[in-house]
Amino acid sequence: MPRLIRMDQSGHTMLAEWTVEDPASVRAAQEAFAHQLEDGYFGVVSLGPGRAEHVHELPLDAAQVILRRPIAGG
Amino acid sequence: MAALSPASEPATGALPELASVYWRPRTSAATLRRAGRLWTLTTLAHTIPFLAAGVLIAVVKPVTIPVSIVLLAHAWAIPELYAARGANVVRRRRCPGDEGAEHRALGLLGDLIGHDERELHGRTGLVLEPGRLGTWLLGEAGALLVVPGASRVHCYCVGVRGGELPAADRTAHLLLALREDEAGFATVANRAFAGAPWRLARRLQTPAREALRAAVQAASR
Repeated sequence: MPRLIRMDQSGHTMLAEWTVEDPASVRAAQEAFAHQLEDGYFGVVSLGPGRAEHVHELPLDAAQVILRRPIAGG
Repeated sequence: MAALSPASEPATGALPELASVYWRPRTSAATLRRAGRLWTLTTLAHTIPFLAAGVLIAVVKPVTIPVSIVLLAHAWAIPELYAARGANVVRRRRCPGDEGAEHRALGLLGDLIGHDERELHGRTGLVLEPGRLGTWLLGEAGALLVVPGASRVHCYCVGVRGGELPAADRTAHLLLALREDEAGFATVANRAFAGAPWRLARRLQTPAREALRAAVQAASR
């Protein structure tokens, strides 16, 4: 089942799981995703070794969407 | 190392963090070469005057040999200090954290990388990631880039903004950002040092030295 997870102080937290057959779970995941973007997180989908994609909307066909914080030069 | 594939060009666009460093030219192989040469010139500019003065005064007035030794020590120490600054970007931070959180973060990071990279991370705390610009080593608050041919390594200070995150989570943040947009990642990061890998290796902690050897090997292929 596809998952929306956030990297945070706890290691990571699963915010939502969804299936396209269940519109309520999709809606809940989309709302959780939008809420995290408002909080400054970026959505990322890992596309296999060496590749990842920044996503602005929850891709329903992704196996896992990871929320990360912005990086900056130190 | 296992089958490795290069970090991608941005799939849908540039790294969003680039907006905060809009004045910087986007990093490329050419800008890396230029920056590397500039670092070499700067090192020479710092070293040669001390070397020359040290030798000259010792020859002209042997009684000043103690001063000459001090000048030669400066010529040696300044490049070493720069290399130490570079090594610091991948120094492991030992802060007492939540072990459970660290374990969960390690699990997520482990899912993102291959078996050999997981083992290397376990021994050194650094993740090896091949890219188009070279071979990367990612730590929790910095990254090393060994350019193709392994003639030079660039050290970058870069990390996650805000909050106390487990070390493996910090590394995973950098890994995902790098995979999203490698050139953008190198543009956002601040360069702390560029020079020959052997100069950096002398200043690295022993585990990081092993990781650097692996990166140099990968970049030499």
